[in-house]
Amino acid sequence: MSNMLEVADLGHTYGDHEAIGGLSFTVRAGELVCVVGPSGCGKSTLLRTISGLVSPTRGDVSLHGSHLAVVFQDYSRSLFPWLSVQGNVEFPLRSLPRAERRARAAEALEWVGLSGAARKRPWQLSGGMQQRVAIARALAYRPALLLMDEPFASVDAQTRFELEDLLLRVRREHDTTVLVVTHDIDESVYLGDRILVLSGSPARLVADLEVPLPAERNQVTTRTDEGFVALRSKVARLLNVGKPSMDVEKWAAAERESLSETVPS
Amino acid sequence: MRAFTRGLLGIAGFLVLWELLGRSPLIPAHALPPPSVVFGELVSQLTSPEFLSHVVATVLALLIAIAIAVAIAVPSGLVLGSVPAVRHATRAVIEFLRPIPSVALIPLALVMLGFGPETKITLAVYAALWPILFNTIYALDELDPLQVETARVFGTGRLGVLFAVALPSALPFVLTGIRLAATTALVVMVSVELMAGSQIGLGYFIMEARSGPGRMDQVLVGTVVAGAIGVLLNSGLERVRRRWVAW
Repeated sequence: MSNMLEVADLGHTYGDHEAIGGLSFTVRAGELVCVVGPSGCGKSTLLRTISGLVSPTRGDVSLHGSHLAVVFQDYSRSLFPWLSVQGNVEFPLRSLPRAERRARAAEALEWVGLSGAARKRPWQLSGGMQQRVAIARALAYRPALLLMDEPFASVDAQTRFELEDLLLRVRREHDTTVLVVTHDIDESVYLGDRILVLSGSPARLVADLEVPLPAERNQVTTRTDEGFVALRSKVARLLNVGKPSMDVEKWAAAERESLSETVPS
Repeated sequence: MRAFTRGLLGIAGFLVLWELLGRSPLIPAHALPPPSVVFGELVSQLTSPEFLSHVVATVLALLIAIAIAVAIAVPSGLVLGSVPAVRHATRAVIEFLRPIPSVALIPLALVMLGFGPETKITLAVYAALWPILFNTIYALDELDPLQVETARVFGTGRLGVLFAVALPSALPFVLTGIRLAATTALVVMVSVELMAGSQIGLGYFIMEARSGPGRMDQVLVGTVVAGAIGVLLNSGLERVRRRWVAW
């Protein structure tokens, strides 16, 4: 398989704060890779450097395709309220002729099951539906790489499961290459073909793990599968190992304290 | 419906108070004609072509002034709001010009522009500029960085972001600015007509009615019609905002 994205020795420093400390990895065509790391470890910076919103202070990002698309966590701010759902999905296609724009937006809305909502305004939809609009907008752009920044962190658990399965279906049907940034270990194992585990600030690559699960996933059976459980524990251990020992000690102390508080006197 | 009924009751109360005050011995009879007299006069004036031409002159000049103010203030606001260097360079001048009352510029405008409609339109434009300009700048300050990033990620350039994201996102604020500006422009328009010896317009009608025959009922007809124009403009623009930029 050919590489769709190559990241080589990527580093980024804000002032004297090093957010990313030299990351190298690749994403192959058609693959779904999850980047998982502790909160505030520089995952957002990684996403911003890959998407070109920020130019990194060192290293290279090369995309083997003309453009990528991003689905942000905060769908309510990322969708444009003055445009209809259809208008939002057409937004990246503004340079195309009107008829083609229409057709591609209608197609993408059908993929995410929102054909009936094309004429509505985004704010008239539920959170989960809004995020589906954002996914449709990204797909309509036909990106070489679909970048997702904590895409399901702002919806309720039920909707989250639905959206995870929607993402898996859509990327299988359309052979999309996806990079999902998340802090949720379970989600990274459930979605990914491969998991990149990052350490805390500055972000460094701790492990690059293949997910030994069949391509078809199921919210009930996959999550209880032995392979799933084992990998989840492994990622969890790696994330703790990745933390500076100071933090682990602090965390342990806080844990003891909260335990002593709940002990009835 | 209840709010509407209460509104009507408020108006009725105001009219009763005015009627009582107009007929009471506290105020000389000719100074404050009661509404029953004023509305009788209003009906007869509304059929007088001369009065209607005064109304049309004021409304037309007002609409022209608002259009010019929008055409100047919105693009300026976009530039000032998106290019900090220009904004800093012009801040001192703007802070000096903004508090000058338009009416204080009447003598200057008369010397420069003469007694035609240019004077009242220019002064109304001057007054209407500020609310639109400041609301546009403020709206750009409030522009959500995530919306800009979304547009940039999908390959939108700087100008594209300005027209496809910044402008529509600013639109509700700009419209509020225009609504405030319209009322201010009306005040200045009628004031200039009153004071600057123009030959036509509602302000001129009011001035003529007072200084010539001393017809206070006609003065109040002019006042009532000026108020009605303000209410119609305000509610019309509010309706436009709700219909077209309801987010």
